[in-house]
Amino acid sequence: MPRVKMKQDIAQTLGGKQKAALVVATALVGLGLGFGVAYLMAGSIAYWGVVSGPFVISLRVAIPATVIAGITGVASGYALAKGRFPGRSVLETLGSLPLILPPTVIGFYLLQVLSPGTKVGGFLTRLVGHVLVYNVFGCIIVATVAAYPFCMRASRAAVEGVDPSIEEAARAMGLPNWRVALLVTIPLARRGIAAGLTIGAARALGEYGATLMVGGDIDGKTRTMSLAILDSFTTPERNTMILILVLMAISAMTGVGLLGRNRP
Amino acid sequence: MTDALEVAVARKIGEFELDVAFTVESGMSVLFGPSGAGKSLTLALIAGLLRPDSGTIMINGRVVTDCSRHINVSTQQRRIGMVFQDGLLLPHRSVLDNVALAVRQANGRRARRAVARSWLERVGAGEFADRRPSSLSGGQRQRVALARGLAGDPALVLLDEPLSALDSPVRRELRTLIRDVIISSGVPAVLVTHDAEEAEELGDVVIAYDNGRVTGRSMVERPACREPRTRAAESTESE
Repeated sequence: MPRVKMKQDIAQTLGGKQKAALVVATALVGLGLGFGVAYLMAGSIAYWGVVSGPFVISLRVAIPATVIAGITGVASGYALAKGRFPGRSVLETLGSLPLILPPTVIGFYLLQVLSPGTKVGGFLTRLVGHVLVYNVFGCIIVATVAAYPFCMRASRAAVEGVDPSIEEAARAMGLPNWRVALLVTIPLARRGIAAGLTIGAARALGEYGATLMVGGDIDGKTRTMSLAILDSFTTPERNTMILILVLMAISAMTGVGLLGRNRP
Repeated sequence: MTDALEVAVARKIGEFELDVAFTVESGMSVLFGPSGAGKSLTLALIAGLLRPDSGTIMINGRVVTDCSRHINVSTQQRRIGMVFQDGLLLPHRSVLDNVALAVRQANGRRARRAVARSWLERVGAGEFADRRPSSLSGGQRQRVALARGLAGDPALVLLDEPLSALDSPVRRELRTLIRDVIISSGVPAVLVTHDAEEAEELGDVVIAYDNGRVTGRSMVERPACREPRTRAAESTESE
């Protein structure tokens, strides 16, 4: 198709630095527009005063959770795809459990592990020097656990999909294995990894069952948007929050769709 | 003088058994034989991409594989350059990056890119430096692959049917280029091919393969200056 061809031509004509500059410029313009519109609309969005608190908490939880789940998920997905090591099947099974267990069961186990009153929880609390339940840390841990399986499984599948002969060629070039992973395998698997991270981020944003148990649904502290929707089910501000979450989900999925186009 | 390569290995894959022994000196040696004879498998063993069941491999007098002593130097540490049949360039990096990443002997990105650029010029691919491999023709890709194979200052270059995926005119052009560049670089090379004309044109020594065994070895006589060659590679049937 001509339009696709034209995009490919542009992609091939631009150098690495020019492409990076284009991406940064687009991102800055996008951010500027987003903040501008949000600023202008703040007065117009119904119940913004009620919604803004949970919205900010949701971002404070979902962003670090996605980063942590992304890093650990990509690393373990790569290890599962490439390595034969003791405990491999245990990692795979445990890592996938949050996908199939009810959120309440995950919440129960996390409370057992994180509560200062339990042996493990007491040890962890002393280790990090901070209580890990009924605060934003607990919410981040829950969201990380919820997002991790998507990041891990998508990364594993994407890494397995990379042509091993290209990796062999890279090794024959003298690149050590860690550089082959960082410079060849993961960049070639980036689309699958990005899709997993996006779904993981959406899951981190949407988690509420275990978050309720571990975070405690404390207003202004651990009440994320998903929890606020549950709490305000009979009040009209829920519509605003539902709309925000739906828009965020659509944006994320559109991003995944764009990542899947016109890349070698 | 130390041989550039000494190979004595055996490897069984399913019903196929490879059991070969040969040495390679300087210049271009060709492993010649029909498809499925074990030539590419031998190259993979030399490169350390696969392990033999038994035997030894020495590159420039250094043991890189010795099954009895459990020595198996990693591919990265063997200091080899490889040129594959379909190039196998990294599709997400520029042509220059593909070559620069293989440069071992220079420190710093700028120095590595300078070495890479000079190799690209030598193989006539300087003008493609900033392009992606997907935008190149098959012949152009193999030029880049050749530059990449040599840019890392290797002790040995392995070429696995580098021309078999190309059309005849490009093939002829690249044959001359491969021979000229490799001979002028002074790096010993082993090339795999099933094409008799190519074996004769490119090789100083032709090692004949059949069904996992070495069946012959012959020197190719060359005039002092480069002219079209007249001898055929049938002398490989001797021994």
